[in-house]
Formats: sequence, C-alpha cells, structure tokens
Amino acid sequence: MIRRVLAVTVKELLQLRRDWRTALALLGMPVLLLMIYGYALSFDVQDIRLAVVDSSRSAASRQLLQAFLQSGYFVQVGALDDTRPLDALFDSGRAQAALVIPRDFAAALAARRPTGVQFVLDGSDSQTASTILGYARQVVAAAGPSLAGLELEPRVAARPLVWYNPNLESSIFLVPGLLAFILMVSSVIATALAVVREKERGTMESLRATPLLAIELLFGKTLPYLLVATVAAATSLALAWALFDVPVRGEIGWLAAVTVLFLAGGLGWGVFISTLADTQQVAFQLGLLSSMLPTLLLSGFIFPISSMPPALQAISHIVPARYYIATLREIVLKGVGPEVWWNDALALVAYGAVVLLLATARTVRSL
Amino acid sequence: MSAARPAAAPEIVVSARELSRRFGDFVAVDRVSFEVARGEIFGFLGSNGAGKTTTIRILCGLLEPTGGSASVAGFDVATQRSSIKTRIGYMSQRFSLYADLSVDENLRFWGGAYRLWGRELEARRRWALQAAGLEARRRALVRDLPGGFRQRLALGCALLHEPPVVFLDEPTGGVDPEARRRFWDLIDELAAGGTTVFVTTHSMDEAERCHRVALMHAGRLLALDTIRALKAAFPAGCVLDLGSLQPVAAMTLLEGTPGVEDVALFGDRVHVVVDSPQRAAGVVAALASGGLPPTAIEPGAPSLEDVFIKVIRDADARSGP
Repeated sequence: MIRRVLAVTVKELLQLRRDWRTALALLGMPVLLLMIYGYALSFDVQDIRLAVVDSSRSAASRQLLQAFLQSGYFVQVGALDDTRPLDALFDSGRAQAALVIPRDFAAALAARRPTGVQFVLDGSDSQTASTILGYARQVVAAAGPSLAGLELEPRVAARPLVWYNPNLESSIFLVPGLLAFILMVSSVIATALAVVREKERGTMESLRATPLLAIELLFGKTLPYLLVATVAAATSLALAWALFDVPVRGEIGWLAAVTVLFLAGGLGWGVFISTLADTQQVAFQLGLLSSMLPTLLLSGFIFPISSMPPALQAISHIVPARYYIATLREIVLKGVGPEVWWNDALALVAYGAVVLLLATARTVRSL
Repeated sequence: MSAARPAAAPEIVVSARELSRRFGDFVAVDRVSFEVARGEIFGFLGSNGAGKTTTIRILCGLLEPTGGSASVAGFDVATQRSSIKTRIGYMSQRFSLYADLSVDENLRFWGGAYRLWGRELEARRRWALQAAGLEARRRALVRDLPGGFRQRLALGCALLHEPPVVFLDEPTGGVDPEARRRFWDLIDELAAGGTTVFVTTHSMDEAERCHRVALMHAGRLLALDTIRALKAAFPAGCVLDLGSLQPVAAMTLLEGTPGVEDVALFGDRVHVVVDSPQRAAGVVAALASGGLPPTAIEPGAPSLEDVFIKVIRDADARSGP
C-alpha cells in the first residue's frame, strides 16, 4: 500500500517538476498574495489630513492642536476662520477630518465648565472614518486633563490596555487569516486540478484498470501537494514575520500540526471537487468559488463572526478556515497551548475526517 | 455461434455468456457470448458504437454488466474485479501514458501501479524497454516520441506484470504502417508465449492477423470464426474479378446495376460482389452495353470486408427497417 502511494507521489512530483509554472504558482503565489494583501489590506490610517477651525485662538486650543499633530496620525492641511469652506475641502478630498474649537473653549476650561470640541468627519468611507474617530478620541482623552491645568483625577476611568497587539496594527490581525486564505485556495485547486487532469487526458481509465486502489491514488496524489503547501505556508509565515513584524510567540510544532490538519481538509475538499468536475476548467471554478469566498467572508478573516447575522454565523461553522484562523491567532499572537484551542483543532480534525471520507466514497464510485 | 473446438479442449481464459450492458434505454451490448483460449489473438471488429469498447470495459472490470455473465482468467467480472485487475493488462483507446514523463518514469510508475517493486520492477522495466525497442530513448519524454514508439511503450507498460491476458482497445490508431507491422510482430510473439491477446480494431489488415475474429454490430455479435472459415462460408460464385481497360468508369457503371452489392478497385481489377451467382451474366452484359466490355472474367475470393458487409446486411434485413 505504502509503496503504491509512493509510486503515485513520485510520479506526481516528477510531473510537478516538469510543469514549473504550476510549481512556481503554488510556491510563489502565496508569497505574492501575502505581499499584496499585507501592504494593501491594512485598516491602519496614517497622515490623516486635518483641517482646523480654531475660533478660540488661545494657548489651550493651540495645545490641543499640538496634541493632535504630535500623535503621528494627523497632518494639518489648513487653518480656517469658520466652518463654511469645510464642505469644499471634504468634497475635493483635501481634508478627511476637521477639528472645530469653539470660541469659549479657553474660557470654559478656565472656569472649569465642561466644554467640547467638534470633530467633523468624512463618513463616506465608514471604515476609515471610524478608525479616525478612534484616534481622535484617544488624543482628546490623553490631552484633556493636562489642558485643564489641573491635576484632575477622574474618579472612575477606563484605562485601555491592549494585549498581544498593543499598537492595534491590523497586519498582525490579518496575517493569520491571509495564511489560511492562501493555503485553502491553493490546496483545494491544486488537488482538484491534479485529479481532473487524469480524467481529461484519459489516463484515469488506464489507472482504473490497474490494481491501484482509489485510496492509494488519492493519498499518492495529495501527499505532494501537502508537501508543497507546507513549504509555502512556512515561507509565508517567515515573510510575515520579517516584513510585517508578525510575532510567532507559540510553539512552531503546534503551528505545524494545526496547519497540516487544515491542509488535509483542504486537499480532501479538492479531491471531492475533482469527483464532481470532468474538466480542469470546471474544477478550477468550483475550487475557487468553494474555497475562496467562504474563507474570505465567513471565517472571521476580515469580518468578525460575532457581528454577522445568526444565519451566516451558523454557516461559518462549516468553514474550516474559521477554526484555523482562530487557532492561528491563539498560537501566533498569544503563544498559548492546546489547552485553549483544542476545540478548534478538534473541529479541524472532524472537518478533515468527514471531507476525506466523502472524497474517498465519491472517488471509489465515480473514478 | 462459437467455433467448433479442437479435440484437446484448450484452456479458456476469457468467456462471456449472454453478456449485456444497457445505458438507460440504449443497449450497448446485447446478449453477447464467446470464449477465448489461452495464447489466442482474438480480434474484435465493428464500427464505432458497435459495442466493442463497452465489452472490453466490462471484461476489464471497469464497467458492470447489466445482464449475463463473463469471466476473465477464471474470475467473475461482476464480483471479482480486483482479482481480475492484477491479471490483465489494458491499453486503452485514449492515450494511456503520461506525456510529461520520460519512458523510464512511465515504466516505473505503471510497474508500481501493477504492484511491482524493487529488483523485479527493474528487471521488467528492462524487458519492456528491450521489447519496445526503446533502450536508446529511455530518458526521452513521451511527448517527444513518434506515435509508433508510444504505442509499443504503452503495450510494454500494460505487460510489466506479465498478465495472462491483455486487452488492446484500438491500439494502432494513427500509426504508420511500418510501426503497425512492428507492433503486430510484438503481439505475435506474445501470443506464441501463451499470452491471450484481445484486440479491437476496425482495420481489416489487422483483423487478418488475428487467429479468430468476432464481428459486432449494434451491440450484437454477428459472426465469430477464423478468417478462413468466415471466407469459406461466403456464398460461392458471388464474387467476380473483372479485367477492364477503364476500371474507374466500369466501377461507376456497375454501382447502379441491379444485383450488385459492392464494387471495389483492386489494382486494375474491378472487384464485384453480387447477391447471387445468377447475376454474373447480367453484370457482363451491362458492361458490354455500356461500351466497357471486360477483358477478363474470373471468380474472385471474398475479402474480409465483403464478408462483414454481407453479414451486416443480412442481419439488418432480418431485423427489418
């Protein structure tokens, strides 16, 4: 049995070596995607163009403005006398936000009356707007007490302390999901194509006439892609660490184990698709649709599962990337062991087992 | 339907009894029965869609029969398929090699698929290289090989595990005559060594090299015998070989003459098949009145093609329109 699996694996690797385009795509695409997504898919907002309407023109108001500019998030793009030109500034995109300081700002502070500043935002890009708002709140909260010129200690204060990702950089949050996405798409498509290719070229018929068992063929065919995908995963993770400072705090061994589990499920799904498709083109489309969309949308990669409607939350339970991404974040970012993520890992095992069983059953019947 | 067996009963390697296969309403194989002996070259003839490939696929355990039974090397095709697969070689109609692998790599892979390993595999690989005449090209990629070499390599791959039976489904399609001759020399050698060769073809040349041929038409087995016996059964006096100064014109004229079933040119001779011996005089008269009198009139021998055309025509006439 093992010999026959090896015979298929060796053959598949030889073919992969000759088909250097596919080999390159399997190894190079993850890296390329990581670079593109890693740099482009960032929710961090920098150099926010801030227009300022300072009607107070006081030491206090200048101090507040300085606090904004020194935070590193904002750059000033204009000093206005009133709010009327703001519309034009937003429309032309020259300003993303405006800080409006009222005339009685300094006086109110001096009189220890509650006061406020107005923060105007371009809400057409809500994601960016809410990020900017978050930064602005941070700045005002930090600068507020000192502005009052008093050692005013509020009685109750929430002191945010963000663990694992203190600067709330989105790349650290996104990279595990990206890894899952890349591995899922490439493992599903690579195996689906590898099996369907045999059907298309007519060699499957000859294989069926040999004593080679369906299970031997499947293992032999998926093994090489498991190897290649593991190498791609390791490269991607190393790159994520080097380029985006994604720390790997947990055990590499656990990381590898969970990754292999996840890949096994993906490869099994690829084989399952190969039993439904008769041409490489159909296999490619089925593979892409069934792996890319759920992994992108329903795994918590970008959109948090907890904020989805209940129906989608329910569906997300059958998306393996959901469990893999959750586990990856635990291992990579928090460095915790299986005592925390065992149930997610178990879900991956269950998914892999069901899919492989399904794939084998279908293969035995249809190949 | 099967031929009379010689006194010493030969060892039967392939047998089918009332074998049938339906696909929905379509009957691809209709109650076919035959027996093939050890060391025999058994030709399976018929046009495309006659049911040849379906029959072979059933015998190889690739397709389940929907009626009747068949056995290969002593195992039942419906229930003992895995035992059959270790005892047959199969060379499919579609190309059964990996074009992006070298000759050696193909042999090693197929050997592995046939459960060969280690020294045994290496020995058989060398045998196959030698038999196919591919020793000098063993590192070449299959896609760079001419068709004839590929065909011999595919046969070599199907024989690696020394199966007692090989099934060759239209093995020499698209191969030049010289390569085809070499391929058939290989088949003769195999059969002489005791391997049973089951081959489908629609080439009459190839059929002539088979020990026995079976003719399939619309799922039915219409004839099965040696070439000699099939030709001998052809009604006497129905084939004429005519000499003519203008053979092409003579052929055109005869195609419209009543009683003439088939006309063909064999060199400068016009080969005419008529539906009864009494028609011969009418043929000569028709030529004479058309200004193309024959220079010679001889009784001809039926070609295998004549035999099959007649068998099919008779069968169609019996079953009605």
